[in-house]
Amino acid sequence: MIPELGHFALVLALVIALVQAVVPLLGAHRNRLALMAVGRPAALGQFLFTGFSFACLTWAFVVNDFSVEYVAMHSNTATPLIYRITAVWGSHEGSLLLWALTLSLWTVAVAVFSRNLPEAFVARVLGTLGWIAVGFLAFMLVTSNPFTRLIPGAAEGRDLNPLLQDPGMIIHPPLLYMGYVGFSVAFAFAIAALLTGRLDAAWARWSRPWTTAAWVFLTAGIALGSGWAYYELGWGGWWFWDPVENASFMPWLLGTALIHSLAVTEKRGAFRSWTVLLAIGAFSLSLLGTFLVRSGVLTSVHAFATDPRRGLFILAFLVAVIGVSLLLYAWRAPKLAGGGSFAFVSRDTALLGNNVLLSVVSASVLLGTLYPLFLDALGLGKLSVGPPYFEAVFVPLMTPVVVLMMFGPFLRWKGDELMPALRRVAPAFVASILIGLGTAFAVGHVSWRTVLGLALAAWVVLASLQLLATRLRERAGASAASRLATIPAAWWGMWLAHLGVGIFIIGVTMVGSLENNLDVKMKEGERVEFSGYTLLFRGVQDAPGPNFAAARANLELFRGDVDIGTLQPEKRIYLAQQMPMTEAALDVGLFRDVYVSLGEQLEDGSWIVSLHYKPFISWIWAGCVLMALGGILAAADRRYRRLAERRLPAAAVQAA
Amino acid sequence: MPADRFLRALRGAAFIGGCLLVAAAFAADAPTAKPLVADPALEARVLDLSHKLRCLVCQNQSIAESHAPLAVDLRDQVREQLAAGRSENEVVDYLVARYGDFVLYAPPFKATTLLLWLGPAALLLAGAGWLAIRLRSREREAAVTLSEAEHRRARELLAGNAAVPPSSKEPRS
Repeated sequence: MIPELGHFALVLALVIALVQAVVPLLGAHRNRLALMAVGRPAALGQFLFTGFSFACLTWAFVVNDFSVEYVAMHSNTATPLIYRITAVWGSHEGSLLLWALTLSLWTVAVAVFSRNLPEAFVARVLGTLGWIAVGFLAFMLVTSNPFTRLIPGAAEGRDLNPLLQDPGMIIHPPLLYMGYVGFSVAFAFAIAALLTGRLDAAWARWSRPWTTAAWVFLTAGIALGSGWAYYELGWGGWWFWDPVENASFMPWLLGTALIHSLAVTEKRGAFRSWTVLLAIGAFSLSLLGTFLVRSGVLTSVHAFATDPRRGLFILAFLVAVIGVSLLLYAWRAPKLAGGGSFAFVSRDTALLGNNVLLSVVSASVLLGTLYPLFLDALGLGKLSVGPPYFEAVFVPLMTPVVVLMMFGPFLRWKGDELMPALRRVAPAFVASILIGLGTAFAVGHVSWRTVLGLALAAWVVLASLQLLATRLRERAGASAASRLATIPAAWWGMWLAHLGVGIFIIGVTMVGSLENNLDVKMKEGERVEFSGYTLLFRGVQDAPGPNFAAARANLELFRGDVDIGTLQPEKRIYLAQQMPMTEAALDVGLFRDVYVSLGEQLEDGSWIVSLHYKPFISWIWAGCVLMALGGILAAADRRYRRLAERRLPAAAVQAA
Repeated sequence: MPADRFLRALRGAAFIGGCLLVAAAFAADAPTAKPLVADPALEARVLDLSHKLRCLVCQNQSIAESHAPLAVDLRDQVREQLAAGRSENEVVDYLVARYGDFVLYAPPFKATTLLLWLGPAALLLAGAGWLAIRLRSREREAAVTLSEAEHRRARELLAGNAAVPPSSKEPRS
């Protein structure tokens, strides 16, 4: 009964979404307030019904209703409650429902926090979001209904994929989806602006906090996913250039370009049509990513053959979204040309240059991700495109991005003199190269990769410090503390996020150059020396879990004579699917992780133990945290709220 | 009794300390575990190469990462051949002859991968060209001059007491 209610709620949500898609747009077109006003309640209604539907599916998982096919496929009575709940988004149908729920959440947020925007504009934004919701809800109801009954019901469920039974599953997909779907708001703002024909600094100012918020979620989501892969997959890799990862990385790259382009549009009125194009691109890549990951097409292009309806619907939807928005763009964009003029040497150019580079990187990742699919579909043979390809493309393209990223802020808007600007940054630049070389020698790993990475990181850190010093000097007079206080949050956000890139590069370079690993056979009572540490093997015991059997090893970790602690890696067999899993154990430190995973037991009774030494790996995630914090600061800048406050008294005066 | 509790705590601490000492001494005396492979230098080469080879039956994992029997088997083959004195390239050629290009994570440069390998460079050139054209046309553009009314409006906006934009029509309800 409850699954049917959920199904019914989903149908109602679709109907409301249709109303939200049609009526406000019509109202904006005809300039009728009554029709425009339908947008907000429709958004709320759609959210409530999608939420109810989501709750029904969750309920089916909680009570182990194996007469629902989706539940029977992805849950088990022995699965712990928390993973029964997260199993809701563990596969195709449920993750689409999460997508739809996230979209309706963003829509309601827009409806609530857009009281100060012109009604017609809000109506167009909500209408556009409504069309996206219609697409997703219809897709779910036509091809991927999570509430489909299994008759007769199964006695026992098949359990959730053991890889997904991890705390990472609780938070990573919702965060990632908040990011993915958040770009739909930027997209809707861009479409609304194209429809209005009014693309100005005000529009950029309205859409900036939304876009930055989505970018923050996406950054956090990707970082969490990477951390999860790091400890879950058992050998300590943190990024694999897997198509699933690329699917979230491409919108991130384009979204990064977008938030910078929006900054220029707001400050200088320039790049307007480019900004719109980026907003369309970032959201299109989000859509593509969702479908790539969830359609199964990545494992095999023939996955579509098993259910051609899904493939056709996806293609039709993608073509409709991208086609309609590009048509609209082609029609309206020529009118947008112009904006602020700027000289070749200017901050504007630096930003535009990095925008182009980021777009090229994003397009190259797309090329590498889709190339094997196209080749296979055309019958030209099977091919793998993996890390060697992506690294060969990524590193040369991102190096100038990082250099320009720290040079741009030293240039003035609109126009600057090249030589004085170069002189300003030259000392830091030369110092970074020397530091890169020196550090590489000091750590005893001189390769071009290490030198390049360390030099780039030094450049980011040094230039950040210089930038802060310059900024403080500009406000002469008052005390240092009060000068610090006058710097707006948005500037701190920029500064922190850029510094985060530097910290991130340190982590990537150090772990790539200096990581070490060793596989040993260990019996109880044996020890092993490894990267300056001693590990003592204290044997293996049984450690059964709720839905798995496990062997848990005890390894005592020493640094010299100091006992650091016990590491307990596990080897598990998940009972429902008889699937083996390794649970690595980590000693996390500021400057290194010691990472241990347990392998097979050999015939002589000893165990294979994999030891990994991962210097500076935490810095990778620390860098991501700084980037996300920077985004939060930028989105929370007072001037967005000040704008709102300023409008209120003005409106009050009018009303009086 | 505080003194009693203190003594007990002290004894507890001494016990833990003693255990640690014993453990440390034990660690130093314990027999050393044997590495899984006899030749760590060879193993480093095996691992390096394994990261570039796809486990054919897994979902996008290299044979270095996967625990699947096929991956283990391929790793053993790589080790054997490298140990027999073959070069990395020879091992790769051998595996490609058996399993096709699919086994390589770095696709070979040939007719069907031309677009893949040259694509990013072409994209970069296109982007740079577009950028150059845009910048040139922008430099030629004259700076916008504002009328007196627009200047006044701008000052109002900056002062923060502007109301609704004058261009927007009053909606009918």
